[in-house]
Amino acid sequence: MTLSASNISWGVGGAPIVDGVSLEVREGEFLGLIGPNGSGKTSLMALLSGIRKPRSGEVILDGVPIGRLGRREVARHLALVEQQAETADRITARQAVELGRTPYLGPLSPWSANDDAIVEATLANVDMAHLAGRLWHTLSGGERQRLHIGRALAQQPKILLLDEPTNHLDIGHQIGLLDLVRRQGLTVVAALHDLNHAAMFCDRIAVMQGGRLVAVGRPFEVLTAERIRDVFGVEAAIEIDIEGSCYVRFQAQNGRGGRSSSMGNGTGKRHHRS
Amino acid sequence: MALVVLVAVLWLGAAIGETSIPFGVVAKTVANRLWDAGYPLEPIDEGIVWSYRLSRAVVAGCCGAALALSGVVLQSLLRNPLADPYILGISAGASTGAVSVAILGLGTGMMTLPMGAFFGALVAFALVSLLAVKAGRGTAAIILAGVAGSQLFNALTSFIVTKAATAEQARGIMFWLLGNLSGVRWPDAWLAIPAALAGLLVCLWHARSLDAFTFGAESAASLGISVRRTYLALVGISAMMTAVMVSIVGSIGFVGLVIPHAARMLVGIRHSVLLPAAALIGAVFMILADVLSRVLIPGQVLPIGVITALVGAPAFAFVLGQRRGRG
Repeated sequence: MTLSASNISWGVGGAPIVDGVSLEVREGEFLGLIGPNGSGKTSLMALLSGIRKPRSGEVILDGVPIGRLGRREVARHLALVEQQAETADRITARQAVELGRTPYLGPLSPWSANDDAIVEATLANVDMAHLAGRLWHTLSGGERQRLHIGRALAQQPKILLLDEPTNHLDIGHQIGLLDLVRRQGLTVVAALHDLNHAAMFCDRIAVMQGGRLVAVGRPFEVLTAERIRDVFGVEAAIEIDIEGSCYVRFQAQNGRGGRSSSMGNGTGKRHHRS
Repeated sequence: MALVVLVAVLWLGAAIGETSIPFGVVAKTVANRLWDAGYPLEPIDEGIVWSYRLSRAVVAGCCGAALALSGVVLQSLLRNPLADPYILGISAGASTGAVSVAILGLGTGMMTLPMGAFFGALVAFALVSLLAVKAGRGTAAIILAGVAGSQLFNALTSFIVTKAATAEQARGIMFWLLGNLSGVRWPDAWLAIPAALAGLLVCLWHARSLDAFTFGAESAASLGISVRRTYLALVGISAMMTAVMVSIVGSIGFVGLVIPHAARMLVGIRHSVLLPAAALIGAVFMILADVLSRVLIPGQVLPIGVITALVGAPAFAFVLGQRRGRG
């Protein structure tokens, strides 16, 4: 199953937020989407998932323009985990995952034992089986995020779109979550903030800047000192080890370069939130 | 079980009032009317039970069920625990629509009272939604927009009544606006029953879609729900139910707000169970509130809106407090 965007644009009012992006997602790859806040990552994810329509251009899922497929049809092939979806409802962990079966159910095709089996397996897969009966508001951020992934996996998609899945998680949970996603063997597109995580987990990285896609390629091709300076406005040194993995070390901007470890906490974002 | 409760409460509604009528007489009346059983009864008792109290209890039940369903639907769709037809101004819009038809004689013939109310309800919801979008999304925006909308439509209603109605009409309308079941007869029930049943069916048909809104509209869309179509169908049916009930009994607050929360506490959040539960609790609550409105002050009938507000306002405060606790 392939997913691609050809020259898609979208914006609010006159201002373009996604501006002429073309992108081909390869089957089975883990594609990272990086870029500063407001560079259009979230909007691009919404466009790729088909829940938002581009003003121009087309998103194509397995050879068919996504707008021509029904929402249910799309949801059986492609699942989106948005940034920090929350609820005040008294929903249990299991019920949150059960929602993932929605695209297969209807008034005339009720819940079946098969659905139960899938939910059970998914809960185990995301390591939440032991907390299945817990209520949503009693769970930690990491647990909630694992349930969101579980809900998406219960859709049994071929393609998984994740919008900053590791936001507000501690480092252990960040790595754990990305590892969990990687293990599924699905085609993944993930907007990520942490450049080192992107380098660690992604087969390819796409870079967004001001609504445009400015680079796509293997991590060591894309993550260069010049590009990081250009896109994020920070100085960084790149190390590439013998296996070809690359590491980004950020450097302090006041000229005290070298003592980078305290600045280089790896978030790759300036410390303000939009 | 649900049916038993409903029948029991209807029975109660028919028996209790200014003059108490024994339960046996109520049963015999129903038997006489439905199956021509031919029990000998006082014509006055039979008349009170059948033409007056029973029709009234049935309409009250439908009204409570419809408002509770509308509340569940609006709260789930808008992800807002404070949403209900009254607070969002839908009831006020329906009142304006109904009054326009009744007094100004707008489009008489085709546009009957409920149609006018339906039109008013839709206009009100559209206006409130527009206002909410302008005010920025979020829980507070739509409630504030609803308050503004309610005020506007209530003012419009008052304006129309003052300007065009005779003193006699004005008195009747003002009493009706507070929520009032006194004038209700069987023809009203034949309108209320199908409206409530159709509403229940349409809502149940969309039960899974409503579940999918748990994490918001975007998440529902990614679960394969066509959000716009669901909004249209469910807001439409809520407006229809609200409009029919307003055109019969006036606008009644707090039922649509409080009953869904009570139902959620009892049966949980799954809509396939929550919707019928809310409808039943709403119906029972309304019939009992009506009974209370008839017996609370001897010789006087309180508008039912007064009772629902007396119970609903503290419950509203409780909901607000709970939200705060959850941060």
